[in-house]
Amino acid sequence: MSVGTDLRRANSRVGRASHPGANFAKHAYPLWFYLPAGIIFLTLFIVPTVLSFYFAFTRWTLFDSWFIGFDNFVQFFREPSLIGSLTHTLVYGVLTSGLKVVLGMLLAVALTGPVIARGYLRSVTFFPVLLSSVGVGITFKVLLDPYHGVVNGVWSAVFGGDGPGWLTDPKLALYSVIGIDVWKGLGLATLIYIAGIMAIPAEYFEAARVDGAGFWKIFRTIILPLSFPATSTVIVLSLIGGLRSFDLIWTTTSGGPGWASDVIASVIYKQYQAGFYGLSTAGNVVLFIVVTAIVYPLSRWLNKREAEL
Amino acid sequence: MNQIRLSSRWLIGIIGILVTTVIFIIPFVFVFTMAAKDEKAAASLRFSWPENFRLWQNVADVFASRNHMLIRAFVNSGILTVCSVALMVVLGAMVAFVLDRRRSKLNPLVNGLILAGLIIPPAVVPTIWVMQTLGLFKTLVGLILIEVSYGLSFTILIMRAFVHTIPREIDEAAVVDGAGPLRLFFRVILPLLRSVIVTVIVVQSIFVFNDFQNPLYFLPGDANATVQLTLYNFQSQQRSSYNLLFTDILIITLPMLILYIFFQKQIVAGMTSGSVKG
Repeated sequence: MSVGTDLRRANSRVGRASHPGANFAKHAYPLWFYLPAGIIFLTLFIVPTVLSFYFAFTRWTLFDSWFIGFDNFVQFFREPSLIGSLTHTLVYGVLTSGLKVVLGMLLAVALTGPVIARGYLRSVTFFPVLLSSVGVGITFKVLLDPYHGVVNGVWSAVFGGDGPGWLTDPKLALYSVIGIDVWKGLGLATLIYIAGIMAIPAEYFEAARVDGAGFWKIFRTIILPLSFPATSTVIVLSLIGGLRSFDLIWTTTSGGPGWASDVIASVIYKQYQAGFYGLSTAGNVVLFIVVTAIVYPLSRWLNKREAEL
Repeated sequence: MNQIRLSSRWLIGIIGILVTTVIFIIPFVFVFTMAAKDEKAAASLRFSWPENFRLWQNVADVFASRNHMLIRAFVNSGILTVCSVALMVVLGAMVAFVLDRRRSKLNPLVNGLILAGLIIPPAVVPTIWVMQTLGLFKTLVGLILIEVSYGLSFTILIMRAFVHTIPREIDEAAVVDGAGPLRLFFRVILPLLRSVIVTVIVVQSIFVFNDFQNPLYFLPGDANATVQLTLYNFQSQQRSSYNLLFTDILIITLPMLILYIFFQKQIVAGMTSGSVKG
């Protein structure tokens, strides 16, 4: 995550006197310590990733493969059921990330201020992070049931009439899942912001209060800029999670109704189930490109801005 | 002035308690009430206190259903979590240790691979192909190694920051006393990493135990399903008995909530380790 910090840290070490000498390092810190982890990681993660760039261009049965050029990608970008997943993935990633930044920051500000029952509030907002996506997905599917669900029961009582089909209306389904994702992940964002705000030296707040600054001024001039490292962590973490997300979508809507809430990760699974291994792998390559093209430059830019602060 | 601050303290607190209770606690209470109802009462999906409280009977039914499948699933998930987290800790600490201590030409490569492990989405079908070639597909050992390879990056990242705080003089003293690299690492360094190891164990256990996607791809089939998969399969097979479905959710959720009660500090430390950089 913190590429910039790591680089800086590495550079500062170059200047350190190496008095025990290179021989000591060779003896006490053998490079073969990398091997066990490296073998597992290379075999099961890096090799498949590299292979995906070949198999994405093939028709593939797992036993045989025929090179077919860009056909899988052409199909991916032409078929509405497949290309829609690309837009949904972007909407999902950006919205979950944005909502977690805004709501997480607000909650953290409230929970670091003078409030009663602070410990209770922190624990309660955090516990959904520990729940399994399958459990959360099934629970919300029942709560959001269009006819018998608790949510629409309240809706009818308050607004009258029938509530919306949260997970069954093609226009709403994706946004409902996004809402559930935020419900589940908000606690983590809040926690990161709380750590970030607590790390701001107390003198700043005291000085501001002595100068007679109100809450809004303190928020804008102290909390907002000085919790920037937390913001960049929340953005990057939730973007990586959001763009790759599969569990919640699969357990609530399975990408439906139709393909209204399909994301790339669920398309990969569907094509895999259907036996289109080449097409599924092409989806993987598209996801790889989407995630790295967004997250890598963004995290570098955020790190640079952090260093400037 | 003081009075205003005092009342705003209560006002925000009370609003906060109300809002969080509605948003976060009610779904959980709903799961509990559903789990305690009989089949007919649960079928209405209403939010009400069970008239006929039969939680224990439901728990017994869920465990007994389909040839004690849930017990087998808990055993599978237990083996998976314990083995993969143990491997992550030992192998990850070895990498973190050498990566922090020794300047070598490999370091940029290792750093690059760690970053890749954090960002890149795993390529599913090629992974299955590799596992099939190695005879690891649809085996628990295969899934353990998968969880290890996906969890290593995060583990190394947390551990390296901690290794950096252990003074090098300790290594030098141990080597002067005649310790080889293995003894230095396992007898001297690893014990010093205890607090960060607890953090890694708790956080990664939560990830592995709750994992749904990887068992779904790499360990399909009812015979060796994990708890998350049994829950998912249960949902599609027994649509009518909502009470048992929610009992299942409750049973599967509880271990992690209990973990949270005991290890709140470590969980918070591990999950926020990315934010406070230095």
